[in-house]
Amino acid sequence: MMRVVRPAVTAAVLVVAWQMLVWATGVPRFILPDPVRVAAALYERAGIIGYHALFTVSEILGGLALGGVLGAVTALVLSYFRPARRWLMPVLVFSQAIPVFALAPLLVLWMGYGMASKIAMATLIIYFPVTSAFFDGLRRTEPGWLDLAQTMGGSRWSTLIHVRLPAALPAFASGLRVATAVAPIGAVVGEWVGASAGLGYLMLHANGRMQVDLMFAALLTLAVISVTFYFAVDALLRHALPWQPTKNSNDERD
Amino acid sequence: MHDIVRPSASAPIPPVGVSIRRARLTFDGAAVFDGLDFSLQGGRWTCLLGPSGVGKTTLLRLIAGLAAPEPPTEVTAEDGGPLAGRVAYMAQQDLLLPWLSTLDNVLVGSRLRGEKISPALTGRARDLLDKVGLGDRLRAKPAELSGGMRQRVALARTLMEDRPIVLMDEPFSALDAITRLRLQEEAARLLTGRTVLLVTHDPLEALRLGHDIHVMAGQPAVIGPAISPSGPPPRPPDAPALLAGQADLLRLLAS
Repeated sequence: MMRVVRPAVTAAVLVVAWQMLVWATGVPRFILPDPVRVAAALYERAGIIGYHALFTVSEILGGLALGGVLGAVTALVLSYFRPARRWLMPVLVFSQAIPVFALAPLLVLWMGYGMASKIAMATLIIYFPVTSAFFDGLRRTEPGWLDLAQTMGGSRWSTLIHVRLPAALPAFASGLRVATAVAPIGAVVGEWVGASAGLGYLMLHANGRMQVDLMFAALLTLAVISVTFYFAVDALLRHALPWQPTKNSNDERD
Repeated sequence: MHDIVRPSASAPIPPVGVSIRRARLTFDGAAVFDGLDFSLQGGRWTCLLGPSGVGKTTLLRLIAGLAAPEPPTEVTAEDGGPLAGRVAYMAQQDLLLPWLSTLDNVLVGSRLRGEKISPALTGRARDLLDKVGLGDRLRAKPAELSGGMRQRVALARTLMEDRPIVLMDEPFSALDAITRLRLQEEAARLLTGRTVLLVTHDPLEALRLGHDIHVMAGQPAVIGPAISPSGPPPRPPDAPALLAGQADLLRLLAS
């Protein structure tokens, strides 16, 4: 009960403070609209916000699916093939030094204004956390299990499938959780650079027309979408991997 | 690879002895042991007692094929056959896979070897779990079981492998006293006729279970002559001979 009440109270206090700030300073509404105005924009323009949200959600989902699969496959290849580890690992690490945002214009140039370039952006952002977390998990198999598998006559492949892979799934899950949190960034940055639909596009568009209330409404929608994604993925993973030892003790106590 | 297919699990396995010759292990340039000879008599329980760090576990791992032998070490089965595929391993931790049920954990060896999980195989796993008193917990996950139950599943898994040589590395040391005594008895009963190497810290455990008890100590380590208590294992923990033997073993370990 208190887990719901406390954040609600905090949010209410922040909204009141926001309203007070607008009243006290008298800033024009095209600089900072008050919460009532934002709520009104959210209500009146729900149709258009919903339309653009649909694009952003699809891009995030596409990125999660692609980045998740590519990351998982890469981690498996890296942990199974020693040469792959030697040759690709440095490249992979180096590639992370390139800010993904800097690639956005290039992706738009190559893949166009449609969803493909945004999905590619989200995929790129998701790929690395998933790969590194899963690869780490695959490397840290309990040595006793590997000993056991060896005495039982398990091949390298069957040990990977029956022991190392399932043992690394909790690590994969935590990589996917991080990825879910950053996936909307990829989609929105892609939309900023060049798009004809999506919440990022809507925000830029509204900004250019001084419709700051609509911009805030779109931002709020994006935040709600991101949080919902995170909790949905988290719940799904917890349900799918009940044996994982990642019980957050703070979560339980709050 | 070297699987010996047996039509039925009840067919007795011919005992296989193991011998280690001129074993050497160096660690950080210092010899942990060198020129060590040791053998396991076929069909008997051999207990290896000794302080930590003396190399008992390495010796066990050499037989299991888990440690690369340092030249000129030689590990051979006394019947001349290969050791790989004829050894089952049981460790201090139960090493159950947390995502598998009790039954699937017992069957894990077959899965790893890519064998078909036939009803006959499943039936045998059920029987073994019955024998260790867990016939009613087939679907339970390891997290739902107590430490003693988990080690029982590990014992059933070891028996499922049906290997002539069984290597046990302090399998009972993490258990409470009562559970330990019970499990020792069950293991002794169920592993009768196999060649067993039990590595342990506990002199009483060695005296209850061992046909032959060796003390490994010193630096570089040497293995003492076999001490063979009278009577078939498992011997009752309150036998006066055991208590006297324990005093002797403790003295040997301390020296």
